[in-house]
Amino acid sequence: MGRVRGGEERADQPPPFSDQVLENVIENVLEFLEYRRDRNAASLVCRSWYRAEAQTRREVFIGNCYAVSPARAITRFRAARALVLKGRPRFADFNLVPPGWGARFSPWVAAMAPAYPWLERVCLKRMTVSDADLALLARSFPSFRDLTLICCDGFGTPGLATIAELCRNLRVLDLIENDVEDEDEQVADWISKFPEATACLESLSFECVNCPVNFAALEALVVRSRSLRRLRVNQHVSIHQLRRLMERAPQLTQLGTGSFHSVPGAAGAPDLDVADLESTYAASKSLVCLSGFRMLEHEYLPAIFPVCANLVSLNLSYAMITAEQLKPVIFQCHNLHTFWVLDTIGDDGLQAVAKSCKNLSELRVFPFDASEDSEGSVSDSGLVAISEGCPKLRSILYFCQRMTNAAVMAMSKNCPDLVVFRLCIMGRCRPDQITGEPMDEGFGAIVMNCKKLTRLAVSGLLTDRVFEYIANHGKSVRTLSVAFAGNTDLSLKYILEGCPNLQKLEIRDSPFGDAGLLSGIHHFYNMRFVWMSACKLSSAGCKEVARSLPHLVVEVIGEWSQDLDTDAVEKLYLYRSLDGPREDAPPFVKIL
Amino acid sequence: MEAVAASYVKDTELRLGLPGSEAPEKPAMRGGKRALPEDDEAAFCKSSPEDASGLRSVGAAPVAKAQVVGWPPIRTYRKNNFQARKAETGADASGLFVKVSMDGAPYLRKIDLKLYQGYKELKEALDSMFKSFSQGESSRKEGCNGSEYAITYEDKDGDLMLVGDVPWEMFTSSCKRLRIMKASEARGLESKQ
Repeated sequence: MGRVRGGEERADQPPPFSDQVLENVIENVLEFLEYRRDRNAASLVCRSWYRAEAQTRREVFIGNCYAVSPARAITRFRAARALVLKGRPRFADFNLVPPGWGARFSPWVAAMAPAYPWLERVCLKRMTVSDADLALLARSFPSFRDLTLICCDGFGTPGLATIAELCRNLRVLDLIENDVEDEDEQVADWISKFPEATACLESLSFECVNCPVNFAALEALVVRSRSLRRLRVNQHVSIHQLRRLMERAPQLTQLGTGSFHSVPGAAGAPDLDVADLESTYAASKSLVCLSGFRMLEHEYLPAIFPVCANLVSLNLSYAMITAEQLKPVIFQCHNLHTFWVLDTIGDDGLQAVAKSCKNLSELRVFPFDASEDSEGSVSDSGLVAISEGCPKLRSILYFCQRMTNAAVMAMSKNCPDLVVFRLCIMGRCRPDQITGEPMDEGFGAIVMNCKKLTRLAVSGLLTDRVFEYIANHGKSVRTLSVAFAGNTDLSLKYILEGCPNLQKLEIRDSPFGDAGLLSGIHHFYNMRFVWMSACKLSSAGCKEVARSLPHLVVEVIGEWSQDLDTDAVEKLYLYRSLDGPREDAPPFVKIL
Repeated sequence: MEAVAASYVKDTELRLGLPGSEAPEKPAMRGGKRALPEDDEAAFCKSSPEDASGLRSVGAAPVAKAQVVGWPPIRTYRKNNFQARKAETGADASGLFVKVSMDGAPYLRKIDLKLYQGYKELKEALDSMFKSFSQGESSRKEGCNGSEYAITYEDKDGDLMLVGDVPWEMFTSSCKRLRIMKASEARGLESKQ
């Protein structure tokens, strides 16, 4: 069936009747496609399918907010109800991207306000969202129900107050690890802005809002929100207050406990008895996910025993507990799939985890003392123990001071289902602790034995060889994170030429130069971004890339001294874009 | 006491003259040096077999010991959480990440006061941070020398103070935010001392 008509714009003549019928039929079928990969594939079949898919896509996911302009996204997907937007590159979390770089939500919300009257959901990650943006959001979308902000900044309690007050249908307000402005003069009592009529909240997370909340208002809100399933409070909520909230909401499935700390001598209130708190937990029969413990008082930890057996997810990564304090808890958590913890539990604590959590799927071990010189409480033996006890492990993030190839190899053999392997040996360029060799063989074993691996972060002393291994065996790797590694451009050449699925590449402080970078020219259009900082790039090489690939935006980001006209490139961030260089680049960014 | 105060003030004088003027050269910022020379590579990541004990090799000691931005890769959110808790036991540490604003500049910056050993380093960092913005300004004004701006800070009580008057430790524990303003505006503060 020849399709001669050009252009996707509806402004053209409508397709003939028979084609229209076909498109309607396809639309009905495509409604069922959920995964964006399937949708993307369907949209490439022919123009008719492209149009039909565009009409039926409900959630628009944009992995890099600068890859496409708001206007273009809105023009194509006219029926979207949900937007997921990601902004800054991940290394911004570690202060490598100067503030003011970009990723502002303003142009997006301004474009959506007139175009998406039925917008229900927005999820933003690493974007700058102002109070004014939140106000516009709250005023423009009467059906709005779900706001999730992750690692964003630029807003404060006044913005939250507007959301609370004006979004009558709000079901989800999840604020996760945002940098919330807390100017003392401007703190708004946002919790009390939820009107009496708002009673359909299902999820409320505000751990990152670092100012006290009006507890009476919070309690009242919890009482009237009978659909509330997820509640994560901040550390200004004491353990007494937590107990009251839990009693008002025994139907909770996920709980962020706030401080888990009593306020000494609070207005004549008696000390909370552990047994009383324990009975409250016993009454929370639906709890499967527990987090918080921001200022944990150890005596109260046993209160959670009644729910341990049901727990699927436990986040103790803000609790400074020892192995002995962990054991009574973890020995009851047989159903745990996800466990986040501090390295204060040591190898001993990890042994305990390995003994009880046979279904463990995701483990994250964070460092209490995040410096290169600290003692380090977890080591290679903890890693081996986990690998032996938890064969179903799919995702691990492990911070340590020292490691051995043998341990990493053991994990590669014991946990073949690994999808995410992120090992951070905090001492830069540390070799194998026992043999003194580079860590090449360990990571090599991971890519060789874990065939499903899609995300890898390497560390320790590494030569070009590890990148050769990754290129030869890591064919499914999509995200690669490199720091202080490699010897020559060969490393970069290996991965850019050998990893066909590579989409996100972030490199810092590694001796890779222009030759390595240029070897990726054939692949950059397939990638979401490449970040390289403190490498050996020069502006000549970066300009060459920009010249060869007109749809690539090549940003050179200056040091704070903004010496952008020199030869050496301190920070490079490149990404494909349908709409050319952005217009909001600050003075310390030069787009080649 | 006054001589000390005067030296603090001189230290914190924000010099925004052109490169090559009185301000000392800061090698790390000069472009030509940024391409890593061979010996830096050695400092980065060489480890001789004798280091089997896992000791970090320190080819060029200053490089290895210097605090590296963003390493280990822990989010600021998480780091701040523990900073506050460690400080609970010790001195009140309410001045860690502070905002820095410069009158007229469109962008705020945030800096970690713990990264600096004293006023001189802080001044250098601020100098380089805002040079990009103010170089435009100073080139428009002919015949001006370096000291157009003064660094002030807002302390725990909300008072605006001139940076450099108090001992460094006292400053870091009480500074809530920094503000770089025109020297003329700051003159009122100076006379208070």
